[in-house]
Amino acid sequence: MKLLKKLSLALGAVGSAFALGATPAAAAVTDETAYVLNTFSFLVHGFLVMLMAAGFAMLESGLVRTKNTAAICLKNIALYSVAGIMFYLIGYNLMYVDVGSYMGSFTFLYNPSEAELALINAEEATDEMVAEVVGNGYSVMSDWFFQMVFVATTASIVSGTLAERIKVWPFIIFVVILSAFIYPIQASWTWGGGFLAEMGFSDFAGSTLVHSTGGWAALAGAILLGARTGRFSDGGARPMPGANLPLATLGTFVLWFGWFGFNGGSQLALGSAMDASAMAIVYVNTNLAAAAGVVTAMILTQVLYGKMDLTMCLNGALAGLVAITAGPDLQNHFLALIVGGIGAALAVFSVPVLDKLKIDDVVGAIPVHLVAGIWGTLAVGIFGGGSLVTQLIGVVAVGVFVTAVSFVVWFILKSTIGIRVSAEDEDMGLDRCELGLEAYPEFGRGSQKM
Amino acid sequence: MKFIVAIVKPGKLEAIREALVEIGVQGMTVSEVKGFGRQMGHKEIYRGAEYEVAFVPKLKLEIVVDERVAGQAVEVIAATAKTDSIGDGKVFVLDAESAFRIRTGETGPDAL
Repeated sequence: MKLLKKLSLALGAVGSAFALGATPAAAAVTDETAYVLNTFSFLVHGFLVMLMAAGFAMLESGLVRTKNTAAICLKNIALYSVAGIMFYLIGYNLMYVDVGSYMGSFTFLYNPSEAELALINAEEATDEMVAEVVGNGYSVMSDWFFQMVFVATTASIVSGTLAERIKVWPFIIFVVILSAFIYPIQASWTWGGGFLAEMGFSDFAGSTLVHSTGGWAALAGAILLGARTGRFSDGGARPMPGANLPLATLGTFVLWFGWFGFNGGSQLALGSAMDASAMAIVYVNTNLAAAAGVVTAMILTQVLYGKMDLTMCLNGALAGLVAITAGPDLQNHFLALIVGGIGAALAVFSVPVLDKLKIDDVVGAIPVHLVAGIWGTLAVGIFGGGSLVTQLIGVVAVGVFVTAVSFVVWFILKSTIGIRVSAEDEDMGLDRCELGLEAYPEFGRGSQKM
Repeated sequence: MKFIVAIVKPGKLEAIREALVEIGVQGMTVSEVKGFGRQMGHKEIYRGAEYEVAFVPKLKLEIVVDERVAGQAVEVIAATAKTDSIGDGKVFVLDAESAFRIRTGETGPDAL
């Protein structure tokens, strides 16, 4: 998402074609057409990513037990809303406005440019007014919208890991800090043009910036929050199977669908043949990596456990997607299969490792988003999209910052208002103790069944 | 032989099963039930309106054991199911007249 650089390149190419008159008219678009197409791309890909919030909500509500379903649904719609508001209030400015080496501007609110407002409100628009707006390459709020849905994704990742035992309000407070400060500051280092961008660190759509960031924040939270009661005993890990696997499968498909917006939109422009072709490559790589992830997880679970494991295959799809997210612009599609397949394999192997460490990750967000995110970022270095050392420096820098700050925030929340419900409330379920209602009153042990 | 009926909180099942197996109990029947005792029901809220849920979900355990083990079994169930908050449940002990294992035809304590 090296926005400014890429767009100036694209627009520069269009501009010079006009100036020289060397290219046939049909091969180039006007600056205004490019502006419209770029803006269109941000908006459409943005709302595709917005649907990923629904994907996470369905995945998580499928993988928790029925007594915690309404709470996880509430958490998901709340975090999406809170993250969007915080990104408007301060996050975007910290990430993109006047970025030095380590962060952007500590100013509030982000609104349309003066040129755009002037054009919208003009009685009669002049060519100069249009030219001034078009000169930016895209509508500023379309870019804000597209960036906003990414921060919401980061927050969703944290939600799944900590399900079934965390109190809703402290979680929301964490999301406020994550979306207003933690995410924007680390993202400014790369996408805002900060020190990682200067070094040449490359993360196309956010294997590290979005997914690992969510994963580190989730890991810090899971360590301080502790496992669900009864999840680990002396005898080892006791599974707590999810209540609704069709819902978890639907959620995974919705996430996969939204990912075309996530990666495809991160081309950041659609105003030229070059961008359109590059975007198509991104779509195909994204799909291949996810498919390879599913097949890898199927084969691995069949071999390792003697049976195929559905939820691991769902994790495999997502791990493939996360892994390809750092470099979906690979020009050899076959490599996308390898990147996605290895991402899924790493996720499958990480699940029992977390169990051994007694870290309780309800939906497998740490294997999927953190582990596959690290792999995908390094893969860019391995397959020639950048320097492996620089990629490693980026992974470590973001990891240390996000984990340290998240740890401090979770610790403060834990020692003040508390982050965990009581053992009795946990047993009763978060739906009743946090919300006072049930997700399925007419089924199972539901109060309206008889 | 004694017939033990225990009504307990749903989350306690696994712990009780482990504790009973440890003292040599070889079988148990479990059902999901609803009822009320002194705990009475609880209130839930739906779209701003409160309503009473009179019957609380519990688990009913049914166990038949030799007389010599009965006292210990009751103690183990009570100790494991106890949370000190209202609604921990109750344990009832009845006399069991006879027992019959269908496959082998054994009777009495041998059938347990």
